[in-house]
Amino acid sequence: MVFNWLQSLGEQTLQGLSRLGAALLMLLQSLMVLPGPRGWQRLTQQLYVVGVQSFIIILVSAGFIGMVLGLQGYTLLVDYGSEQAVGQMVALTLVRELAPVVAGLLFAGRAGSALTAELGLMKATEQLASLEMFGVDPLHRIVAPRFIAGLISLPILVIIFNLVGVYGGHLVAVEWLGVHSGAYWGNMQAAVSFSDDILNGLIKALVFAILVTWTALYQGYTCAPTSQGISEATTRTVVYSSLMILGFDFILTALMFGGL
Amino acid sequence: MAKKWLEISVGGFLVAGVVALLALALQVSGTHMGGTSEQYQLSALFDNTAGLSAKARVTLVGVTIGEVEGVSIDSQTLMARVDMTIDSSVDYLTLDSSASILTAGLLGEKYVGLSVGADEDMLVHGDMIEDTQSALVLEELVGQVLLNLGND
Repeated sequence: MVFNWLQSLGEQTLQGLSRLGAALLMLLQSLMVLPGPRGWQRLTQQLYVVGVQSFIIILVSAGFIGMVLGLQGYTLLVDYGSEQAVGQMVALTLVRELAPVVAGLLFAGRAGSALTAELGLMKATEQLASLEMFGVDPLHRIVAPRFIAGLISLPILVIIFNLVGVYGGHLVAVEWLGVHSGAYWGNMQAAVSFSDDILNGLIKALVFAILVTWTALYQGYTCAPTSQGISEATTRTVVYSSLMILGFDFILTALMFGGL
Repeated sequence: MAKKWLEISVGGFLVAGVVALLALALQVSGTHMGGTSEQYQLSALFDNTAGLSAKARVTLVGVTIGEVEGVSIDSQTLMARVDMTIDSSVDYLTLDSSASILTAGLLGEKYVGLSVGADEDMLVHGDMIEDTQSALVLEELVGQVLLNLGND
């Protein structure tokens, strides 16, 4: 009884480790080869699919989140007569936490799931196998440009999220609720540091980009080649990458701002 | 044409990222472009700065004209030494200008407020402002009020 339990625990641990190893090998193998002459073209195409097509959803959610932060911050701070600090609050909340995390979650839902489904369907229709038959490495041809496109896109989306969010807060706090515009920007500029806040937020974005894209590509590349397998892999991509974003966010926050 | 549109939009996406990063640096974190040649430095000694920190604003009649470079303790007088950089376009601070540490709102940040006197000569790079007024520390203020109430 105890032995059975121990055995299954050991089996699962070994399986998990070997999956992690396989995922790491897949990533290394796809990135080890130098891009060919048509590599840039493939990267451009993937940047369009992964980055440009996620632009609108990032823009809209950043605007609304900035507006909500402005509204909440104002109603909280006005009781203490320090509603000028709303700019500082909006900017720090966005730059340090909300922009990387929310953009990462949206990116997992918008781009990560699409990547998994695309690779899964390629596998189910044996496109990956036929590429190999032609002597073309599917890791190099399919996986690498998608991974690099994800790595470039999410940090850019987070930068845009930050800027749009700050202006969303400005719209509500300054234009509608009447906080002084100079105080909004002045407090913000005094509180936000480029190297400590903005760059740390971008490091977070880069880490989340690696997590989401890697998970999505691995799940797609290794999914069961059936319609049910693809649907399960897509679900797993969104669930795993969301959980990893939230977990790693805590670790990164503790390292960057928690004084650990 | 479809191919071209794809490439244009990707290029636009990358440019938007760079522009947004620049805008963040300038507008949100207040990073200044250009050298320090357009500024000059002043310092002042205060009895108590109540937590004034570097990068705080320096204002004249409510308009920001510079920022606090650093706050340190002057070991000879045991007072707080505040170093400030002022935009060189502001060249009308007289020698008898005064500096005080103020608070924006009840919980707002500390900043330095300057006011101009009547002297003929102007402050130049490296000068020290003699006439200073320290920050109001709430506890000291409450203590004084209680003392005055007790005397009545």
